[in-house]
Amino acid sequence: MNDTAKMQVTTPTDREIVMTRVFDAPRDLVFDAWTKPELLRRWLGVFNGWTFAVCEVDLKVGGAYRFVWRGRDGNEMGMGGVYREIARPERLVSTEKFDEAWYPGEALDTMVLTEKDGNTTCTLSVLYASKEARDGVLVSGMDKGVAESYDNLDEVLKSMAVT
Amino acid sequence: MQPTSYGQPPRAQLDATFAALADPTRRAILARLASGEASVTELAEPFAMSQAAVSKHLKVLERAGLISRGRDAQRRPSRIEGKALADATEWLERYRRIWEGNYERLDALLDELKANKHQRGHK
Repeated sequence: MNDTAKMQVTTPTDREIVMTRVFDAPRDLVFDAWTKPELLRRWLGVFNGWTFAVCEVDLKVGGAYRFVWRGRDGNEMGMGGVYREIARPERLVSTEKFDEAWYPGEALDTMVLTEKDGNTTCTLSVLYASKEARDGVLVSGMDKGVAESYDNLDEVLKSMAVT
Repeated sequence: MQPTSYGQPPRAQLDATFAALADPTRRAILARLASGEASVTELAEPFAMSQAAVSKHLKVLERAGLISRGRDAQRRPSRIEGKALADATEWLERYRRIWEGNYERLDALLDELKANKHQRGHK
């Protein structure tokens, strides 16, 4: 894997988490991979026996999407939302809400695709309803929260290694 | 933006672990305990803290599952428990791996789509 394949996670504002990743493909393909059920089924959240039980996309402004994943043990996890802006192949805005809410309120996802020399930079911003909601997500495992928690862990683990 | 419930450790446990780790004194106490068990008196010394203050921190660490306390009523030595720490690290790594995994599968799919597009273009 080359360096461009590395994912970056940042927190530009206190309600946001932004993930950036470069793909070696034109952006219309990346856009399709995010919006066509037959393509989503191939990559989003499908691992360790988890597959899509429901993968429905009504790609129009005001149209809904609905994803339900099912694990080998029969456990299910669902989420969905509504498309707010669709500008293929450069921009997609949608709401997101998990069935078993693990943060308060809905979040707003904005995906921006920029293409250069055949590579596409995918910037995915998730805007939460409040700083508390965002921080809740961070604590459960993304960037700054991850970074901070990791720093805390690092500090402990390092001192363990030394002693 | 992604499934997060894939077999994670109990949420309350993780919250307690991260909350416990957020305090520098508690991290220092953990670091000290990494070199061996210690009593409240022994822990209070290097930190220039009252035993009551140290006891409070130990309670938080114990609730988070990061340490356990001995039964010896006099000393009640504290010792570090690796599992809560390991669970926390593992969960964070799993979360990141979920997205890295998603995007690696997407890489493979895009390669395939590019090849198909190329083929079609030449027909």
